[in-house]
Amino acid sequence: MGKFLRSWGRGCSVPHRKGTSGLATVTMPLPPKLKLLMQQHIGAPCVPAVAKGDTVLVGSVVGKAQGFVGADIHSGVSGTVTAIEPVQMPSGAVCDAVVIEPDGQQTIDPSIAPPAVRDRETFLAAVRACGLVGLGGAGFPTSVKLSPKNLDKIDSLIINAAECEPYITVDEREMLENGDNVISGVMAVKKYLNIPHVYIAIERNKPEATDLMFSLTKGDSDLSVVPLPTNYPQGAEKVLIQTVTGREVPSDGLPADIGVLVLNVTTVSTIGQYLASGMPLMSRRLTIAGGAVAEPKNVEVMIGTPIEEIIEFCGGFKSDPAKLLMGGPMMGVAMTDVGYPTLKQNNAILALTLNEIDLHEPDPCIRCGRCIMHCPVQLSPTEIEEAYTNKDMAMMQKLHSEVCMGCGVCSFVCPAKRLLSPATTLARLAVLAEARKAAAAKAAEKAPAATAKEAK
Amino acid sequence: MEDRKLIVSPSPHILSKHSTTRNIMLMVVIALLPTLAAAAIIFGWEVLLLTGVTVAACVGFETLYCVIMKKKVPVGDFSAVVTGLILAFNLPPSFPLWMAVIGAFVAIVIVKQLFGGIGFNFANPALVGRIVLQLSFTGRMITYIYPQSWSGVDALATATPMYALHNGPLPLMDLLLGTHAGVLGETCALTLIIGGAFLIATKVISPVIPLTYVGGVFAFKFLLGLAGGAAASASALSALSSILAGGLLLGAFFMATDYTTSPYTRSGKFVYGLLLAIVTTAIREWAGMVEGVSYALLLCNLLVPYINELSRQRPMGVGRGKRKGAA
Repeated sequence: MGKFLRSWGRGCSVPHRKGTSGLATVTMPLPPKLKLLMQQHIGAPCVPAVAKGDTVLVGSVVGKAQGFVGADIHSGVSGTVTAIEPVQMPSGAVCDAVVIEPDGQQTIDPSIAPPAVRDRETFLAAVRACGLVGLGGAGFPTSVKLSPKNLDKIDSLIINAAECEPYITVDEREMLENGDNVISGVMAVKKYLNIPHVYIAIERNKPEATDLMFSLTKGDSDLSVVPLPTNYPQGAEKVLIQTVTGREVPSDGLPADIGVLVLNVTTVSTIGQYLASGMPLMSRRLTIAGGAVAEPKNVEVMIGTPIEEIIEFCGGFKSDPAKLLMGGPMMGVAMTDVGYPTLKQNNAILALTLNEIDLHEPDPCIRCGRCIMHCPVQLSPTEIEEAYTNKDMAMMQKLHSEVCMGCGVCSFVCPAKRLLSPATTLARLAVLAEARKAAAAKAAEKAPAATAKEAK
Repeated sequence: MEDRKLIVSPSPHILSKHSTTRNIMLMVVIALLPTLAAAAIIFGWEVLLLTGVTVAACVGFETLYCVIMKKKVPVGDFSAVVTGLILAFNLPPSFPLWMAVIGAFVAIVIVKQLFGGIGFNFANPALVGRIVLQLSFTGRMITYIYPQSWSGVDALATATPMYALHNGPLPLMDLLLGTHAGVLGETCALTLIIGGAFLIATKVISPVIPLTYVGGVFAFKFLLGLAGGAAASASALSALSSILAGGLLLGAFFMATDYTTSPYTRSGKFVYGLLLAIVTTAIREWAGMVEGVSYALLLCNLLVPYINELSRQRPMGVGRGKRKGAA
């Protein structure tokens, strides 16, 4: 009962606008050039493995992962490296990109072959060689996610097919078009990581995909398909885990700490595909939609294709876009540059007209408490906003701003149209930075103390 | 591709269309209209004039203040209209209009705008307006005159049910329909319940405060009746009268649920409703006043920041130690 009262009314209903859900994926012809950013995952950027003038083949590694948390970047085309140039990312940071001009031959790298997987080590090596990252948007290297320290305690694998963001239909199409890869990927993860139970969790607004998954998993009692309430942000990892298993991820921990691994459905399908063909992650499906796009589509594109080429393929803009988004309207990033390349973890490019977006001057807070009662992780956004504005670090910490996942629900429901979600995200970053500073100060304090002791 | 002007702002890029301050206040206005209609039928058309004057005065004072202080005029948000309506509902019919204007000045200028405008008032503006009038013009505030009543309510001053309750329970039907003396917005229990149910159904207000407040007053009165040696049925009847009579329903549905002066969370609202019930019952039973809703509300309004501080939700995962094993 307490749990019900706590979770009742959480999240919000967002408009679906999934007009592309019935459109089969079309493959886009090769663009005149690919721009492969060296930062397409969480972790240290890759280092270019090629130089200007080098010839690359389909599947060649062009960016080498640095350290454990990373993922190789592969070329999706055969052709010539014409430049290695800096590109400014939406965050403002600058990152190297390998620019490749395709030769049109699509010669496949001779080293490509289905991986020989025998046990957990070879399976994880295969996932790493695939260059796979979380394709739902997070971009966390999958091989790292599949290597939790407490593997023997993991009892549940959740396949995230909620796809709760408006417009986006890539995961739905993946289930409908590559259902077999989804199941083979699921079975491989389950087998090599020895996870007893798998839940395939899908929002109820995708009945066709849900039915297909039910029929593909029929007869296997270790796999269950879980229809989820259609409620944003149902697909957020912590929310999904709570809905499916009833467990709560510790605020300073990971899902693995409570025995759960979560993989996006397209990610797991890519594992299935890679084990069968040995073709690494080089292309992906994107939903191209929004009122400014002439022909909205689900498009299979080479990673690194500039946005403007993809929009051109979808008939160009039929009206002036007010905002160009990478990702959905709730959490996506507003872009400034149509020449920006697609990344592994992108799932949509939306060109929205003025009618589709909402721009308001914020009004004073009327203390209605909607942000608090709808916050999926039970934060107090309006109080956090006030603490952030007042630069009150103690209050930001007391309110646990670091728990925010930036889902945008608080801003969405706010009657005064205040910038609650951006403010809470900034408060979160401030609290995390403060924690790092405190940890560094503590370490520095310890170090001279140790040397002083030695001197004695 | 040619240069385009693209808007860049942080996510989310879409916002709820129907959740606006203006829509919320309009819903409250709509919820108050049946009671206004009932008051006009019960007490005569003059109450519409009184209501019109308080609403116009509230809107006028807010506009004037904002123009003088060079603030953005927020009249479009309808919150001053809500204050004007609720203030009028707290006045007896035939109340002198100039006194009502003073009430509107206190509510809008002193309680609301001097503290920073919408969202910053320490107490419910209409409530403080009423209390100031009650203290300044006590005699006039408890005089009930019905000049052109259609409903057969005595044309002379009549004792309110809260006085009458001391002499035993009242006919429930009169209380439900509001055909008895009282301030103009408190008598008709039926329309107040309809308006409150409308606000709950449209999710403008949470049901927690009205339920705990009204339920609490009923329970305490019932228990006091039992403790006083009355039979269960008699106690229940007098408890029922005590929730239908006086300003309880108006206060519970429309004043205690004021966003700025009520707690944020469900547990906070529960505590707030219960506190209101305790203070209201205590004033009604043991203080030298027959009506306790106004002062209970004022006292509890002032406690809201503390209730908020003590009733915060535990954010997801906080305090959950990393589990060694899995379930």
